[in-house]
Amino acid sequence: MTTPASPPPRSRQWSLNSRATRGVIYQVVALLLLGLGLWYLAHNTQANMQARGIQSGFDFLGASAGFDIGETLIAYDPSQSYGKAIWVGVLNTVKVALAGIVFTTILGVALGVGRFSRNALVRGLCYGYVEAFRNVPLLLQLLMWYLVFIELLPASNEAMSVGGLLFLSKGGLSFPWPTAGVGYVVGGLAVGVIAGVLWRRRVQKRFEATGQDGDRFWAPLAMLLVFAVVGWVVAGMPREWSLPEQLPFMVDGGMALTPEFLALLIGLTTYTASFVAEVVRGGIQSVSRGQDEAASALGLNPRQKMKLVVLPQAMRVIIPPLTNQYLNLTKNSSLAVVVGYPDVVSIANTTINQSGRAVECIAIIMLVYLSTSLTTSLVMNWYNRRMAIRER
Amino acid sequence: MNAQFQPIAPRPSPVRHSGALAWARRNLFADWKSTLATLIVGVVLLWAVPKLWQWVIVGAVFRPDADACQAARGVGACWGVVTEKYRVILFGRYPFDEQWRPLLATLLIIFTLVISCMRVFWTRWLALIWVASLAGFFVLMGGGVFGLSSVRTELWGGLPLTLMLAVLSLFLAFPLAVLVALGRRAKLPAIRTISVLYVELVRGVPLISVLFMASFMFPLFVPRGVTVDVLVRVVAGLTLFIAAYMAETVRGGLQAVPKGQFEAADSLGLGYWQTQRLIVLPQALSMVVPSIMNTFISLFKDTSLVTIVSLYELTGALALALNSDVQWRPFKLEAYFFITLIYFSGCFAMSRYSLWVEKQLAASKAR
Amino acid sequence: MPEQTQPIIRFDKVNKWYGNDFHVLRDIDLNVAKGERIVICGPSGSGKSTLIRCINRLEEHQQGVIEVDGVELKDDIKAIDQVRKNVGMVFQQFNLFPHLTVLENLTLSPMWVGKMPKKEAEERAMQQLKRVRIAEQASKFPLQLSGGQQQRVAIARALCLTPKIMLFDEPTSALDPEMIKEVLDVMIELANMGITMLCVTHEMGFAKAVADRVIFMDQGQIVEQNTPEAFFNNPQNERSKDFLSKILGH
Repeated sequence: MTTPASPPPRSRQWSLNSRATRGVIYQVVALLLLGLGLWYLAHNTQANMQARGIQSGFDFLGASAGFDIGETLIAYDPSQSYGKAIWVGVLNTVKVALAGIVFTTILGVALGVGRFSRNALVRGLCYGYVEAFRNVPLLLQLLMWYLVFIELLPASNEAMSVGGLLFLSKGGLSFPWPTAGVGYVVGGLAVGVIAGVLWRRRVQKRFEATGQDGDRFWAPLAMLLVFAVVGWVVAGMPREWSLPEQLPFMVDGGMALTPEFLALLIGLTTYTASFVAEVVRGGIQSVSRGQDEAASALGLNPRQKMKLVVLPQAMRVIIPPLTNQYLNLTKNSSLAVVVGYPDVVSIANTTINQSGRAVECIAIIMLVYLSTSLTTSLVMNWYNRRMAIRER
Repeated sequence: MNAQFQPIAPRPSPVRHSGALAWARRNLFADWKSTLATLIVGVVLLWAVPKLWQWVIVGAVFRPDADACQAARGVGACWGVVTEKYRVILFGRYPFDEQWRPLLATLLIIFTLVISCMRVFWTRWLALIWVASLAGFFVLMGGGVFGLSSVRTELWGGLPLTLMLAVLSLFLAFPLAVLVALGRRAKLPAIRTISVLYVELVRGVPLISVLFMASFMFPLFVPRGVTVDVLVRVVAGLTLFIAAYMAETVRGGLQAVPKGQFEAADSLGLGYWQTQRLIVLPQALSMVVPSIMNTFISLFKDTSLVTIVSLYELTGALALALNSDVQWRPFKLEAYFFITLIYFSGCFAMSRYSLWVEKQLAASKAR
Repeated sequence: MPEQTQPIIRFDKVNKWYGNDFHVLRDIDLNVAKGERIVICGPSGSGKSTLIRCINRLEEHQQGVIEVDGVELKDDIKAIDQVRKNVGMVFQQFNLFPHLTVLENLTLSPMWVGKMPKKEAEERAMQQLKRVRIAEQASKFPLQLSGGQQQRVAIARALCLTPKIMLFDEPTSALDPEMIKEVLDVMIELANMGITMLCVTHEMGFAKAVADRVIFMDQGQIVEQNTPEAFFNNPQNERSKDFLSKILGH
């Protein structure tokens, strides 16, 4: 038998009719056209900006902002720079996006699973919710939620109260918040998480060795709570809470959430949850009945079927579009400007109005969102490659 | 081993599987959890529905009477705000006497949309019909010809503007999306990179930033002295935005065309553009009709954002109608429900249609 | 033919309906002896798949009694679980779990239902994989294998429960022709080891080689049952003759 030889080297024939030459020509032409177009736009922009006396450059970021921001996660006052103001905006965006993602996931998964309920009323309500909330523009929903908050709720001098601890009014929502020891409790929770993970590993090892399964949920949960309490004890058992109380003109104390934040959060959550519900529903549906039957024939009970066969396969179908919805939520938080919540777009808008640096500010906005999207895409691609069901 | 075989005629089932009682048993009271859910939901509905009925219908004020509305606050809805303000909400700042023109223009667009949904019209003439409709729309709205008085674009608003923005942007974005989708699949790396960069850049940013860019930056892009109409800017922004999303959809359709089709076209001697035009695109596009409908539904909802750049489509027109009117401003909620209904009916109808088309396509594929 | 006083599977006047009017199983009486090997054939819609799916309660019957290894099949979870431990099933579409390796597919039930330690479960799994001659694919994923290989894995998976009864629902109908033989060979080996088998299939060669009894079903009833030689060479009933002419003729 002759050993297989390697193929002869490719010879390139440079003629006008060869695909390779034509390819190069097309690309060069395309790039030239694009380059010319971009140069033309840049040239016009420069000319226009000179004519209008608009300066360019990012140096304005160091100048004093001169405007106040309604709610900030870090200390800020109007004397600080535009750059700082925009950073405050970024933090506000992150705050509402993270909270939105958490609540949307909970609500969306509940609705998606509810579509498969045995009870027809539950099924109908979930279906009705999805159709009602996804067929109305988000902007309109945000405006309506904001209206509820600033017109329909009582004024802050006579707020609605729940048990004297929770206060709801035009000024927002106030609830008790501990003033000390929070860090320790969070530290305790972290330790609890690690303990829970180690416990579950022990249970799995024991299961593989002896066939006896152990408690994988309640024990780790208990550990979480125990270590949180331990954290609190280590902090010296602080008992100082800031309690909100009704003052003549407003509610003071405790942790306060502004109506702008609440309207945006609730609007984003209820809207995106309807899409998440559809994603979850599609994922569960995608697992074929044959899988369910094979699992039944092997003697698995419904919980085991869900855990070992249906959910792992459903998750693979759900995760990519779910991440897409998270991205949509983050991008949609840019609508904060219509409810007056100071997110990055809203603050950049104010900055444009005051400094005239439209091009730079818009570039900053786009950069912020692009980095979020690209990071998420990269993580998603990595996840997909890892979890992909291997085929031929 | 075999007794004489006696065929048995089919009998009906002794246990009724259908009928209202059996349905209720299976779907409402199957087990204790289900029964509990039925009871809870039932109680909530029994409490809420009469209250809702009272507020929406019984105690509501339908006359455009602001004082009666104030008197009915908390008891009934004020639909009078709709009766009073519907023309401003629906048509924006368009001159009052000429409002038959935007009405006609809206009906024209809706009519063209409806016939686009019917399979019998899916021919190459559809594009021409759309061009004619859009031309008719602009003539009716803008005027200046055929004896119609001229109306500046700043005065256009409300529902016709919403429809026009959505339809025109989709129409213009479509060829761009096809080109970008083909570009993404091209073998030439430069073209592929440009297409990928465009799609990823646009999809990574919120629509509002694209609208800001269109609104603030387009005037800077054009030569000095040339002014760009705000409508043109917004349509350009929407088009660029939606083309990126549609490009992904079209690309999905292109990917679904079996490789054998390309090979058959090659073997018949067809060139690249001929192959795309005659073989690939017809198949790819028919597959993505449901997705394009979904894109249109999203676009229809997204037009509400142009309020932020001072174009008063439906949502913006409402703000215009009520923000400065102290008498009617307390009843904004009812007005919001009014336009919610408009958006909901439009989007829901389109999504039902899109599902129907999907079923049709699936049925035609099933052997 | 093996003798046993108590039948391992007993159908007594079993009736099943889909919805209100589709009478899919009509007054089925059937006794299957331990170790007996039965092939069920018939036109599509005759209820043959439904019949065997009633044995492990993938389908519920509305009238009559079904007893499997002494346990009556009712709306009783314990009874159903007991039956499923003793009955293994092989599906037309294989239904292997694509997110698990071949080995994990096999050890899933012994570990989670049989409460077997992992090592023991894996040993048993490798034994079964050797028996179906596919041990070298243990760490592959199902979609990386051919159809015939996947079906053999499915058979091994069912055998891991050490069932007393094996049910086959058209096991070779979804396979390319060149892979049918490898699966039938495995089934013949299994049959020769004394396990009770009920097989819904059109493969008449298999029936002739292995079956103790052939059951012909049509429109929800057992029309004729006989030894393979008697059935294929001398069908008694008009419908049997009609069916045989259709499938043997081409």
